[in-house]
Amino acid sequence: MASRSLDPVASTAAPIVVLRDITKRFPGVVANDAVSLAVYPAEVHALLGENGAGKSTLISILSGMQRPDSGTVEIRGREIRIASPRTALDLGIGTVYQHPTLVPTLTVLENLMLGSSWRAPMNRAATRARLSEIAGLLGIALPEDAPLGSLSLGQQQLVEIVKALWRGESVLILDEATSMLTPQGVEDLGRVIGRLRDAGIAVLFITHKLHEAVRFGDRVSVLRQGRKVGELPPETLAELAPQEAIDHIVDLMFGAAADGTVSERSRAQREAAPGERVVIEVDRLCPTGSPAAAGDAGVSFAVREREIFGIAGVDGNGQKQLAEAIAGQRHADAGRIVLDGAQIEGLSVRQRQHAGLRYVTDDRLGEGTVSAFPVGLNLLLKRIGDEPFWRHGIIRNAEVERHARSLIETHDVRVPGPDTPLGHLSGGNVQKALLARELDAQPMAVIYNKPTYGLDLNNIRRARRAICENADAGVATILISTDLDEILELSDRIGVMLDGRMVGVVENDGDAARRVGELMIGVGAQA
Amino acid sequence: MSQGLLSDAFLISLIAGAVAAGVPLLLAGLGEQVSEKAGVLNIGIEGMMLFGAYAGFATAFGTNSLWLGFLAGAAAGLVMAMLMALFCVRLGLNQIVIGIALTLGADGITALLHHVQFSRTYPRLPRVETLDIPGLSEIPIIGPSLFARHPMVYIAVFLVLVLAYLFRNTHVGLNLQAAGDKPDALDAAGISVTATRTWSVLFTGVMAGMGGAYMAMIGAGIFVPFMTGGAGFIAIVLAMLARGRPIWVLIGAFLFGASLSLTTALQVGGVNVPTDVVQMLPFLMVMIVLVLFARRASLPAALGLPYVRGQR
Repeated sequence: MASRSLDPVASTAAPIVVLRDITKRFPGVVANDAVSLAVYPAEVHALLGENGAGKSTLISILSGMQRPDSGTVEIRGREIRIASPRTALDLGIGTVYQHPTLVPTLTVLENLMLGSSWRAPMNRAATRARLSEIAGLLGIALPEDAPLGSLSLGQQQLVEIVKALWRGESVLILDEATSMLTPQGVEDLGRVIGRLRDAGIAVLFITHKLHEAVRFGDRVSVLRQGRKVGELPPETLAELAPQEAIDHIVDLMFGAAADGTVSERSRAQREAAPGERVVIEVDRLCPTGSPAAAGDAGVSFAVREREIFGIAGVDGNGQKQLAEAIAGQRHADAGRIVLDGAQIEGLSVRQRQHAGLRYVTDDRLGEGTVSAFPVGLNLLLKRIGDEPFWRHGIIRNAEVERHARSLIETHDVRVPGPDTPLGHLSGGNVQKALLARELDAQPMAVIYNKPTYGLDLNNIRRARRAICENADAGVATILISTDLDEILELSDRIGVMLDGRMVGVVENDGDAARRVGELMIGVGAQA
Repeated sequence: MSQGLLSDAFLISLIAGAVAAGVPLLLAGLGEQVSEKAGVLNIGIEGMMLFGAYAGFATAFGTNSLWLGFLAGAAAGLVMAMLMALFCVRLGLNQIVIGIALTLGADGITALLHHVQFSRTYPRLPRVETLDIPGLSEIPIIGPSLFARHPMVYIAVFLVLVLAYLFRNTHVGLNLQAAGDKPDALDAAGISVTATRTWSVLFTGVMAGMGGAYMAMIGAGIFVPFMTGGAGFIAIVLAMLARGRPIWVLIGAFLFGASLSLTTALQVGGVNVPTDVVQMLPFLMVMIVLVLFARRASLPAALGLPYVRGQR
């Protein structure tokens, strides 16, 4: 508690934490490569980077969960070896992890008491007093005796922050703190961070979202592939307008390679020469388990070659059921599906695959891939038993590896080799592998379900580019997304799902955003 | 005195038998409850009980002291638990594989030791001296069956209260629950998951060893190879069904104890039921209880999973 009342004059001068040339290697990857970083009291230091840039490794070193291979950590000017989380806590470094670290079956109060010596008496009164003290500092109120699991995610995170500050912390690390929050929750968190800074606490705010870094950070550092590629000190950041700052940081993050115009160019080309032939037609399809009312007429639409048909709608309005029914993973109570002139609704998943229909699932780690299998096998998951990779039921490893190497190269999957288990890959690379598999061997029609959900900026661009390039190459594309911006950026036409029905289809022209938005919330449905 | 069900003789025999068969289950069940709470599924408890049974019996036979017997039983359970803690908690090996190995190992070793020491004879321990609680032991039926027992019975019941208090009102309880439900939370709070789990496994070993010792020295009065006959596994089931509450282990242990003692009680009561049917009852009971209550078992989220820092 005493350590919180910092001298405001001294606090602006000396950094409280200095990381110097931190290097940490894991098998096959250098997570941190000579990263140096300084954190100052009464300042929010935003650490920005894509998934897999090494942010989490860096803070796990600072919080004592891991030890660096080389490099030093200085706290208040003294070099220190942080051997365990306890050492970090004793040094006044509190961490709010990306994954919740509270026990859902214990109450808020019990969670806050966790961590004392087992001999210490359980002092509920003192815990309550300290809780209201910190809650006052943060300007929040918490239900002390409710089981933690019954609280909203936003409230749970506030409990995490309270816990991190419990021992009178002077440094607070927030790892991807906004990833689970609603927009309102992010607002509240912003206010709490502001109050912490005003109280003299040094905040290290880790994020992969650019606008959050600029908005919350007084100082922004950028990590890229394990290296620190730039830092904007408060003086510079204050001078720049938010958009200038963002442009500057985008350059740091992606180099000059960043471009967002591919999809527009592609769409303009397709508009100039639209495809003629209808590749896939869905006629009055009623997927089993869809939220549509019984006796509904079902969903109908047709997609031509080289066309991207976007399906917008709030999540849970029957998009997943529709996609699975088309792919054959789910029964349909009624309706026809015609692919390239042939009816396919009676075919199995595998037969539809062979007919040229592909489904890129949103459940990448569940039904999409097998984490324990090597990447090479995952790339053939839907062709197990097929020649030339299997002959008489026996796997031919050379063929599998050759196939994997070529896909890994063309789709830029960052992986040590085809033998690496897929579970070791970052989210972006898993999606690259999934796209590589589904887009391989000349598909005729592809259904994408939320293809960029949960990815970082660079991988989102890459996935969208892959979708466009395949459409340009002739693929009839059905793009399901809850991200309206994505639908508007990529689609030629847009259908809107509401309560299991397709309530309208609009051309993607200048007015599309308004009309799609209205349809999504049930206003202005077409007959 | 009338014959048949509900006769005094039948009831006394049933309740007394329930206590004799229930106390080993209670001791082992309480121990298992502690380690399950902390996230370690101790399948080896069957072996710990058996080893405890042998060590307790052999010591009591040699020294003529039941207390030394309990001490030896606890030590035997502790030694087995040390192996369990080393392999499963420290080295993070599969808890089920190690547990089965320990049980099988104990089966063989105790049978061998018994053979070496007693050859094919099965000597009996003298009758157990009881601690009659003044007043209460005078009550008809429940007096002699509940309140004129070896002190270990009272200690076991008292331990239920101790553990209930420990779970609810101390940091030990919090630490155990966190170790089982969300070990990384405990680690992040600066408490060693490894140490917490190690202590809980060692505690289980001591309790299971004493349970086995009770079974051999007081419950049966003799040691027979493989005599635990699945009592350890029943203790595991009890701990799972008890949802972390010691009182339910107590209730469950005596329910199972009663069904195990029904064989003798029915004979004492003079009811003529084929013994094959009667001997089937305990197992029928296990199945009925499982079918009825298996759904209420709520297990810690991280039960059976080794904890490695920094891995999710």
